[in-house]
Amino acid sequence: MKIGQAVKMAISSIRSNKMRSFLTMLGIIIGVMSVVLLVSLVQGATGSITSELDSLGGNQLTVSIVNPDTTLTLKEVNSLEDKEEIIRVAAYNSGSGTAKAEGNSSDVSITGITENYTDFTELNLLSGRSILEIDNEYRLNVCVIGNSVAMDLFGNTNVVGSKIRLSGKDYLIVGVLEEQGASMLNSTDTTIYIPFTNAQRLLYSTGVSSFYVASDAETLDAAEEVLDTYLLEKTGDSDYFSIINMASIQDTINTVLNTMQMLLAGIAGISLVVGGIGIMNIMLVSVTERTKEIGVRKAIGAQKRDIVVQFMIESVTLSLMGGIIGMVLSIGILSLVTALLEGYTFSVSFSVAAIALGFSIAVGLIFGIYPANKAAKLKPIDALRHE
Amino acid sequence: MITLRNIKKIYEIGDEFVHALDGVSLDIHDHEFIAVVGTSGSGKSTLMNIIGCLDTPDEGAYEIDGQDVTDMTDFQLGVIRNKKIGFIFQQFNLLQKLDAYENVELPLIYQGVQGGQRKERVAKALERVGLEHRIHHRPNQLSGGQQQRVAVARALVTQPTLILADEPTGNLDSKSSKDIMRLLHELYEQGNTIVLITHDNDIANEAERIVRISDGKIISDTGGVVE
Repeated sequence: MKIGQAVKMAISSIRSNKMRSFLTMLGIIIGVMSVVLLVSLVQGATGSITSELDSLGGNQLTVSIVNPDTTLTLKEVNSLEDKEEIIRVAAYNSGSGTAKAEGNSSDVSITGITENYTDFTELNLLSGRSILEIDNEYRLNVCVIGNSVAMDLFGNTNVVGSKIRLSGKDYLIVGVLEEQGASMLNSTDTTIYIPFTNAQRLLYSTGVSSFYVASDAETLDAAEEVLDTYLLEKTGDSDYFSIINMASIQDTINTVLNTMQMLLAGIAGISLVVGGIGIMNIMLVSVTERTKEIGVRKAIGAQKRDIVVQFMIESVTLSLMGGIIGMVLSIGILSLVTALLEGYTFSVSFSVAAIALGFSIAVGLIFGIYPANKAAKLKPIDALRHE
Repeated sequence: MITLRNIKKIYEIGDEFVHALDGVSLDIHDHEFIAVVGTSGSGKSTLMNIIGCLDTPDEGAYEIDGQDVTDMTDFQLGVIRNKKIGFIFQQFNLLQKLDAYENVELPLIYQGVQGGQRKERVAKALERVGLEHRIHHRPNQLSGGQQQRVAVARALVTQPTLILADEPTGNLDSKSSKDIMRLLHELYEQGNTIVLITHDNDIANEAERIVRISDGKIISDTGGVVE
């Protein structure tokens, strides 16, 4: 018998029992939805976290010196660039203060930076320019301000050339940043960037207590060791400083997220198996109900194989339809969540869709085999006598 | 051409052994119209099941068109049922979810007959039984007589060696019964071989040859040679 004929028969049989077919499919619909939704949600969250981490830079180290008595000088920090494993360094310091302009005031984070800083943390300029080497050299009172700072103080972002007052000194605004939006990490929206040297005075800090170090993916670990040796010599105690390796943090987070994804998919997969048992149950009932039909089919020449194919196609059609319905519902729910939740994008990746549909076909096959064989093994004489 | 030699079928019911068929020998030649007559429990249904390859005998030899059926596998028996035998049942046994056309088409689908040829043969069979205007009606939209005619069309669409009719008029009113019997006569006159199983002597008398069976044995045969 041709597969096309068998599919036609299977669909007409499913349609003749709509309520029962729907309830049977419901198990698969829920199973597929839970797999697709959970995996897609974790993938979406992973995407957000990974891009957040990527924005901090991949092959870089963050050094903090926690003992205020043993800070390095800017010159010492800059000389680290001479080391073979280190490509670039950028010192920065940060604190907080109050900015005033046009009679308004706003509490802001103040970050003192050098020109290299933008190599480590991207500052997306809406207008103007960033802090340059020359600003540091001449200790110019210039600043780049976050989007919210501009809105709070001026009511608009078209403020390059205006001045704001920080701790009694006027600063010329040379750049305004784009709106960054919600972030798990420090937002640039409420930050004012000024030259590092100015910030040292403004924040009453001498020396350098934080800096970024850039290296290559291959030499990152070596650079970490070099820094460790250097800082241990300078400070005398490994408790006085810390080196954060972004790459290794990223690795750890990715491992945790992947484990979480597998775990959730596994749990959701159980509901798919339960759905499969529902299909097997209904197929067994169907075989009993249709014993006479099987007898007639065998009397007019259906072979075992024809009966097996017929029932297998019915169970696979049931589970595949359930899978497709579950998939469509999942896509709908995910686009709704994406529309409602700002800053996150959830979508069903091709691999998740393929795996979920593949699994629903597999469930139909696996749980259809037993009932189909049971039907095929019926003796025509016994099946015909069945009422 | 069908040859049955010393066919025995024994059922075990509790501690007792019932000889449903106790040494039946019968030759059915091409182009015959035979009625097998017997009361309930005479063994005529068992005989029909064995002739129709729905059941296998415990002893004896059965040949159909020179092929020995007794040692066949389930698959081979399926092929024989499909190609050599056309069944007509008392309860029509049509598939309720399929319409008249699809019911008649089914044996050809199992035989692997291709689309165009299949369509032609199904249409011809339905025309033969006078139902060309009812081809897309489902069994529950047809009268008993019409349903049985669909079943006749299904039996003859494969051009079988033998049409096996088990009490074909048992569930029909007298007018529909006459129609079906007339149809069987016509089919016989056109060269088909028909074996009619019945308990009704009036029906049996319409056949060309009457085989009477009682307690699993043939007690009279108006045509053949009884050993």
